[in-house]
This record gives sequence, structure tokens and C-alpha cells, in this order.
Amino acid sequence: MIYEGKQKVWSDYQKDIPDDHYFYVRSCIRQSFFPASEVTFLDITRNRLGKDIFETEHHTTCGGIAYHSDTIPQETVMTIIARQFALMAKNGYENYVCSCITSFGLYCETMETWREFPEEEARIKDILWKTCKLDFAKPKYLIHASDLVYKYRNLIAAQAKHKLINVKTGKPLKVVEHIGCHYSKMFPSKGVGGAEYPYVLVGMIEAWGGEIVDYPERRHCCGFGFRQYFIKGNRGYSLSNTYKKFESMEPFHPDLIITNCPGCPYFMDRWQYVIAESTGRTYGEEGHGIPVLTYEEVAGLVMGYDPWDLGLQTHQIDSEPLLDKMGIEYDPAQKYAGKNGKDIGSPICPTCLK
Amino acid sequence: MGKYYDLLMKDYRLKEGLNACINCGTCTAVCPAAEFYRYDPRRIVDIVQSKDDAEIEKLLRSDTIWYCGECMSCVTRCPRKNAPGLIVMALRSLSIDLGFFIDSEKGRQQYLLSKDLCSNILDYGYCVYPRRFDYAGHPESGRIWEWEEKHLDDVFDRLGGNLDGDGPGVMRKIPQEDLDELKRIFDETGATERMENVRKAGERKAEEMGLSIEEFSSKVYNETNPKHLNQ
Repeated sequence: MIYEGKQKVWSDYQKDIPDDHYFYVRSCIRQSFFPASEVTFLDITRNRLGKDIFETEHHTTCGGIAYHSDTIPQETVMTIIARQFALMAKNGYENYVCSCITSFGLYCETMETWREFPEEEARIKDILWKTCKLDFAKPKYLIHASDLVYKYRNLIAAQAKHKLINVKTGKPLKVVEHIGCHYSKMFPSKGVGGAEYPYVLVGMIEAWGGEIVDYPERRHCCGFGFRQYFIKGNRGYSLSNTYKKFESMEPFHPDLIITNCPGCPYFMDRWQYVIAESTGRTYGEEGHGIPVLTYEEVAGLVMGYDPWDLGLQTHQIDSEPLLDKMGIEYDPAQKYAGKNGKDIGSPICPTCLK
Repeated sequence: MGKYYDLLMKDYRLKEGLNACINCGTCTAVCPAAEFYRYDPRRIVDIVQSKDDAEIEKLLRSDTIWYCGECMSCVTRCPRKNAPGLIVMALRSLSIDLGFFIDSEKGRQQYLLSKDLCSNILDYGYCVYPRRFDYAGHPESGRIWEWEEKHLDDVFDRLGGNLDGDGPGVMRKIPQEDLDELKRIFDETGATERMENVRKAGERKAEEMGLSIEEFSSKVYNETNPKHLNQ
């Protein structure tokens, strides 16, 4: 068969994703801001789909955010990564799945550096032994957690309680997919669908009934920029990038944004709040924002999890308009309740953003 | 001629990231930083490949190399498979190693970045740790984070987290023996030395500017000169 155009590009960027048996490493940002997403990922994969996803408390940050803020040398992150790989091997795994996109890009970069400069891999091996008395084996398969949800998208669809369909109109929801830059911009062959037509989130949206929104700034960065966010004086950079994306997507009236990077949903959620509060401009319907969800949250909604178990109350943009469209029932009184209904108050409402 | 270029070429990121640049400017066209700042990654790559020591030193002492957000959008688009983002990372490393970073307003920000991010790693095993992410310093984190910050243990408990708890789970306490290993890795690979050098350079600069370290930190964190902006 002769492939042409998008089909040709797609055929170049197929990715082998093993069905089972993974060593799981967490994300600093996802744990901090979307803790329920990692809980949901493990619940879906382990308990709903019966997969073997192993985690050890001994793994740490990969150091990626510090590295991309230029605070630690490349040797440091390569050795931390080698240590993570050693923990994987020590626990009898050869498939490695990570929650963080910055980590995923860094693992790809490290493996590529070692492939191109084997003497560097040997040097890191020595450093790891000297510092930790550990030996490592490289993963046979290096996977981002969104790759795995993509792999399981039809299994998830088979258990769906809800679809990405507006229950009132019967029409598919319009969904923007936003791919974290470090997923495939550096190494297109490592991502499902490459950098030009990444399919990892598109595949989920299609399988769960939604319609993809194509818009001019679809591949533009959310604006994290590492040092451009962590230093307050630089944050205009971050805000400007999100603003550019929202101005570009707004004419297409998206119902939902789905992301695979832990940082992007934080920035695209919070900068909508800042834009609304400082200018009055909102991008959703009737003064609301556009909900920006992680792929774990969307998978959870599709599978019938309670929205508050998924942590949707920890987004600044209200998810209720989306829940209503999907026909998902929720208890408003329990939105900000703690465990077992404990009263822990509620946040102050924004001034402009509904 | 070529002293700084030779130093840069010891960095794997430059070996991987610099082929013959044809100056097409594609990297600048797609660069989010070039739209926001007075920034032109094409020019940076061209200066580096020129091997001109005087020009490279100007770069190493300038604000210019600190404008990039390391999104790596340039890497996808370069028709000659250059990686301007990686070249910038190599320049930043050299600027820090040579102490030149402290000469520029944007470079001086490394003082706080190093202090905050490295201490998060060494103290907790995470780059970002929620108890150190405060609403006061991050008002854009919204009213929702203001509320979460006040009820962090309850929120994590509600959402199935294991904040500072034993065993695996979300935001667990990473065992001390693992933090000790991270510290040994930092010591062996030059991270500790880099942290110390950046700290000392910051303290010297604060003194030179007639500021206490608190005043210097506040200035570095909050202030930005409008001259950086592409407007």
C-alpha cells in the first residue's frame, strides 16, 4: 500500500506500546496540582483494566524542571535518570511509564545522548555505582502515561458510562487537544503520531465520541517556559502564550481542552482566570472559561467516576457546564467537601469569571 | 579565536544541536520567546558558529540567552536539524560556569531559581513541592489555590494523595536514604558546586549593588526592565 500525505506521516510515527507490566514514575507538577489524576490513572489501569503497573516509593523527581531552568548540569539529571532505571531493573521490569512530559522528553534526550555517545553512558554508569551502588539497564520500552491511556482507549470506551457527546443536542463535543511540547517536538519518532500530527490525544477523543478542533495555534506552547514562570517578573511570557492560544481557539467554541502534560492544564486553567479578572475577557459560554482537563480526568468522566473524586473542584475554571453537557450527575454541596464530607470551607469566588 | 567555542563544544548538547546553520530564520519565526522578547535565536546560532570569542562573550554576559523558554519548538522545525534550544542551554551552562550570568538582569535570576529548585530536590526529592508553592508569591494560581494552600492536608486526603506519608503514593515522603543518594549525585556531578558558585555570585552582586540579600532576592524575583520586551 502506498501512503501519502498525513497517512504517510502517521505511518512513520507508529509507536510500540506494550500491553502490560510497567514500572511507573510520578510527576512533580501533576502530583502537586492534579493529585487525583495519578490516583485515577492507577485505579483505571490496575483495578478497571487489570494491568500490572508497579510503583516504588524510592523513585524521585527526574530533576527535569531544575535542568530546564538551567540550575543543574546534564550529568546530574542523567545520573538521576540512571538511578530510576536501576530501580526499574531491580524490581524486575523493562517497560517504563512516566507521568510527566518534561521527564519523558528528558528520558528521550538522555537515551539519545547515550546512543550517540556510548562513552557518556559508561561514565554515568560509573557515577551511579560510585554514588548509589546501583547498576542500571535501559528500558526496553519508554512510554508516557498518555500513550498507555491511548493504547487502552477502546477498552475504556467499552466501559463508558458517558461519552464526549452533548446529551441535549446529540452532537459530539468540540474538543481542543493540547500536547506538551516535550512529548514529541524534540524527538518526533518517540510520540504517537509525531510532532506534526500527534495522535495520542486525538485517538482518545475519537474513541470517546468527541470532535477535534483544529485551530491555527494548535501546536503553540502553553507558555510554561520554566524560568519564564518561576520568576514573577517573567510571567508575562507565560501569560502571553496562553492568551495567544485562547484567542486563536475561541472562534471555534471548544467545549473542553484535554492535555497530556502536567503543567499545561495548570497554566491554561489559571491564565484564563487572570485574563478574565484583569480584562473581563472569558472564552467559554456565558462568562465561564473553557475547562482544561488532564487525560486521566477525561477518562475518569467517561468511565463514570464522581467529578469530585477526580479533583475537578481544584481547577479554577468550573467544570459544571461540561458535566451538564455530558449528562453527568454531581452533588454541588459536596464539591469542596473534605474526606467523608468534612467541612473545609470553600474558595472565594472570582470577580469576573463565573 | 575559538576559546569559548571550544568550551561550548565540550557540551554534548552543542555536539548534538549544532550543524551548519543556513540562517533561514525558521527557528525565530516559530519561537514563542521571539514574539514576546527582543530575541532572535537565529542570530544566537549564527554567532556561535562564527566562533568569534568577543561576540560569544557578549552573549554569555547578556540578557539574550535567558529569554528562551526551552519549549524546543525550534528543534522540530529546523530544516538542517539544528537545535537552537539546546545551544542556548549550553550557552547558559557556560555563562554560569564562567560567572558571567551575574552581569545581566535575566541571568541574575539564576540565584533564586537555583536556591528554590535545588533545595526542593535535596529536601524533598521533588522539583515542585506544594507546601513551598505559596499563593502570595503566585497570585495567578487563583482563589482555588489560596483555598487549597490553607487546607492542603485535607485536599490531598480527599483526593487519595499521600502527602508526606510513608510508602508509595501521590506526594509521598521520599525516604531519607533516597534523598542521601540524590545529594551524593549532586556532589559527584557538579550540581552542588554549581549551586555554591551561583549562591556566592549572587551574594557578591547584592553587596556590589548595596542591597541586603532579601532586597536583592525581591528585586530579582519581581522586577523586569521593559527594554526586554518586543513592543
